[in-house]
Amino acid sequence: MSTHQLTERPSRSMLFDGLARYIPIGATVALLLALYGGGVANYPKFDSPQVIAKLFIDNAPLLVIAVGMTFVILSGGIDLSVGSVMAFATMACAWLTVDAGISAPLAVALVLAFGTAWGLLIGAVIHYFDVQPFIATLVGLFLFRGLTLQISDTDVSMRDVEFFQWGMVHAVDVGEIRDGGFWLPNLSFVAFAVVIVAFTVLHYTRFGRGVYAVGGSESSALLMGLPVARTKIGVYAVSGFCAALAGVLAAFATKSANPLANVGAELDAIAAVVIGGTLLTGGAGFVLGTVAGVMVWGMLNTLIAFQGNLSSWWARIAMGVLLLAFILLQRVLARSGEKRRT
Amino acid sequence: MSDDPIVQMTGIRKDFTGVRALDGVDFTLRPGEIHAVMGENGAGKSTLIKVLTGVHAPDAGRIRLDGRPVGFHGPAAAQAAGISTVYQEVNLTDNLSVAENLFAGREPRRGPFIDFRAMRRKAKALLDDIGLDLNVAAPLSSYSIAMQQLVAIARAIDVEAKVLILDEPTSSLDRDEVEVLLGVMRRLAAQGTAMVFISHFLDQVYEICDRMTVLRNGRLVGEWATADLPENELIGHMLGREAAELEQIERTVAGHRVADEAPLASAAGLGRKGSIAPYDLDVHRGEVVGLAGLLGSGRTETVRLIAGADRADSGELRLDGAKASGHNPRTAAARGIAFCPENRKTEGLVGDLTVGENMILAMQAARGWARSVPAARRDRLVAEFIEKLDIRPADPDMPVKNLSGGNQQKVLLARWMLVEPRLLILDEPTRGIDVGAKADIQRLVAELSGEGMAVLFVSAELDEVTRLSDRIAVLRDRELIAVLESESERTVEHIVDTIVAGGRHE
Repeated sequence: MSTHQLTERPSRSMLFDGLARYIPIGATVALLLALYGGGVANYPKFDSPQVIAKLFIDNAPLLVIAVGMTFVILSGGIDLSVGSVMAFATMACAWLTVDAGISAPLAVALVLAFGTAWGLLIGAVIHYFDVQPFIATLVGLFLFRGLTLQISDTDVSMRDVEFFQWGMVHAVDVGEIRDGGFWLPNLSFVAFAVVIVAFTVLHYTRFGRGVYAVGGSESSALLMGLPVARTKIGVYAVSGFCAALAGVLAAFATKSANPLANVGAELDAIAAVVIGGTLLTGGAGFVLGTVAGVMVWGMLNTLIAFQGNLSSWWARIAMGVLLLAFILLQRVLARSGEKRRT
Repeated sequence: MSDDPIVQMTGIRKDFTGVRALDGVDFTLRPGEIHAVMGENGAGKSTLIKVLTGVHAPDAGRIRLDGRPVGFHGPAAAQAAGISTVYQEVNLTDNLSVAENLFAGREPRRGPFIDFRAMRRKAKALLDDIGLDLNVAAPLSSYSIAMQQLVAIARAIDVEAKVLILDEPTSSLDRDEVEVLLGVMRRLAAQGTAMVFISHFLDQVYEICDRMTVLRNGRLVGEWATADLPENELIGHMLGREAAELEQIERTVAGHRVADEAPLASAAGLGRKGSIAPYDLDVHRGEVVGLAGLLGSGRTETVRLIAGADRADSGELRLDGAKASGHNPRTAAARGIAFCPENRKTEGLVGDLTVGENMILAMQAARGWARSVPAARRDRLVAEFIEKLDIRPADPDMPVKNLSGGNQQKVLLARWMLVEPRLLILDEPTRGIDVGAKADIQRLVAELSGEGMAVLFVSAELDEVTRLSDRIAVLRDRELIAVLESESERTVEHIVDTIVAGGRHE
């Protein structure tokens, strides 16, 4: 047959479409460069490579929960429990090694398994009982903060310190810092590994593409015969695992558990994801954008530290303003996309 | 063409709370045939399809697939058994690429990873096969809805369907695109795929289908080979003539319109691109103007312009001779126009509010929120209308969602009667409701016009239109093609002839 051959060019040119998709992340990168440039121009020693390296030391746990959050937001959901789960994971590491006398590697494994199991459970509640993710994960936010404080309302130090020392061991050591060198510890590389695995899963596996499909339209995904249940539950399991892993990284970083650590960390993670160009409605975004989003947050804090006379809350204020700018940018882009379509 | 049917449905019955949607319907589908299911809105076409695809379980009757009895628990099970469906709306995810949409869930893989190159190659080949040349790496959202629909069809075909159901697949396609689709359908039929085609475009049905099954009011009218059923007979079968079932409505005031009186509402060249061609239509006080035409002919679109629900982009509307500018639902209400939309569940009633609360809504809105209707007056009005319209159960405190369709419709009517409009627009007020409620509503329309209200009445049932209307506007293909005035013209036969003839002028 083929007497009729229908050709249609995409209504937007590929070039434009490519650009439109990268505008939010491009803006994030530009912002990052501007912040860095501003820092270098105003403060001596800001150009030291260790300033950059420090971003990935201080913010490694945030990066990990933000990656988990990227999965959830891409699928069209939200996970408010990650800050509390993270604090609980750190506290559980301390409790299991100190009070229960379990060896540190086993404790870490248990904590990671628990975080994943919690994600599976809450994902199942969200999917099978059709509960709003906002409310379902709020359960975790309260539950684990309470449990953490129940275990201890004061700081607890880790036992088995030698094991927990591993996290801050320099994995890379390039020259002396005052000679323009830098170093990065093992835990930063754990965070990098999480990013790389997440990137591969999201872009090159059926599960990852399923996350985008469900975020694009859940009802369509269902009618297309995609495993919607597995995908939706899966993203919360990923987020739960990431939150537990972030808690373990925090244990590595501080060798102690603070019951009031990471209050509001879930919101920092959401902000980083959105500033990184992921649509809150789901279906569009990149995990590498999330990395840029976390770096913006880190850079703001660094700038305030260098300034020296500003309260650290200014980072939050700046983040609020940026978040507003980015959600407006997303809306503007989405509208222009709708208009271009006929 | 083999004579062993691939799908055989016998004695299918389906009830939805109080309404029998399907009653003893038989349907047979043979391999390699394209079979149209015809019928007006509410005839039971989509219910029949949903029973076949496992969305609804039948209350009675048997389904056999390839000779074996089957009962599907959901669309996924039906798909696994080889029954694929393409819906009117595009059910794909437009944030992913064309290729990904074609192969989502069954992407070619190398190890655990998707082989994007192989996927793009296969997608290209699949689209090539059906005569489409698209950039398969581009996001689906960068293509028109029509093209997205063709991609959905390509996906359904590639799932190796034995039975392909196409539910109004052409409603968003243009001429060339329809040709591609019909070409694909012919090729699939030649390969032995059985297809069910639902469309309100009669020319497409006649062009492509081997057989037709006609349904009306949930019952089987019959099955014909396309060649044996001329278009006018088909329309007759679809619209039906069941005058005997309804009590005759007596027009209490016949010929009440004063000849030289200026019209209450007058549309001159009123139109909206892509929705309804410009038309002229006058409505006088005390007159019922009926709108007749097949589904999709533009009946609703016509009245929506007058009701202010859609904005006209040509022509003008005059009310009492004055140009109605800035016409929207709010100003229309202020000008005495009440509009009962077609979809009473989503556009009209608030299911969780009670009968009384629903009735009072429009009146309250007209008064403004600060001046509440006194309780005593409200109760009196509500009781009065429950009695007048014979709403059952006669309980003003019953949530409206618990009422049957007919009684819900009466509640909606009562709401607009409470504000005493000058022009009442009723869009399919009797659709999907039982005969008794239909008669009540028809009587009411006659009474209202007798009291001097102007009524625009849209209905798919021609008997109803002819019985109630002083004048009948006939529509076809989104164009008002005739206004029938004289009594001799206002018959079902004449309307059918006008619709059929209207098509030949093209």
